[in-house]
Amino acid sequence: MKLAVLVNEGPYQHQASDSAFQFVTAALAAGHDVMRVFFYHDGVNNGTRLTTPPQDDRHIQKRWTSLATDNKVDLVLCVAACQRRGLVDDGEAKRNAKDATNIAEGFRISGLGQLVEAAVEADRLVTFGD
Amino acid sequence: MEDDENQGGEIKKFLYVNRRQPHGTVYALESLETVLIGAAFDQDVSMLFIDDGVYQLKKEQSPDVMEFKNFSKTYKALEMYDVEKVFVERESLEERGLGVDDLLIDVEVIASADVKALVDQNDVILSF
Repeated sequence: MKLAVLVNEGPYQHQASDSAFQFVTAALAAGHDVMRVFFYHDGVNNGTRLTTPPQDDRHIQKRWTSLATDNKVDLVLCVAACQRRGLVDDGEAKRNAKDATNIAEGFRISGLGQLVEAAVEADRLVTFGD
Repeated sequence: MEDDENQGGEIKKFLYVNRRQPHGTVYALESLETVLIGAAFDQDVSMLFIDDGVYQLKKEQSPDVMEFKNFSKTYKALEMYDVEKVFVERESLEERGLGVDDLLIDVEVIASADVKALVDQNDVILSF
């Protein structure tokens, strides 16, 4: 089955991104195609490379990055949500005259159209959040 | 093969479920932004306002006193985006002492018992 995933909550604050990660991992192991994970609302905070959780805790961003590099999962952060919350890649830094970037490897910033497109193309869109 | 159909412009039925008050969290605003962007995809779009979500459509909002953006006027523009199917759950209105006259736009009021059927009729549910 072709799946798309929507993550609506930030890391550590809420279980949504943990559950989404476990779901995607299990879906891939079962042979399903996960065409995209779209991060919206505070979910975009999953994509900053600047997080430093305690060493005895899971590293949520690094887990996502591994998923992207090992399994070619498309991780997309909503651009409007990123601009509100300070998630920046090279293009956004240039466009909005910011002096730094913080996007993690494996993530990209794009528009809400990517969410709608994923919902249209996938057999199922699975949402994680309240 | 199903992929080819999708790329050929398959139309799916999208239902946006708005469950939260307009301010206090950003979900209502960011849901509305999804609806507006999604309109460019020429899908079959419906919206449902339920629970505190009915307050999103309330007339005479003044969030500007709290320095929040007043996006309630945008609901009036939904028609221009071909979003014409707007449902509101009756019980949610009644529990909050609201009627259709309190709302910014024309809506179709449905009973709680009919919400399940509405959800079943749609292919994609985006619930904010």
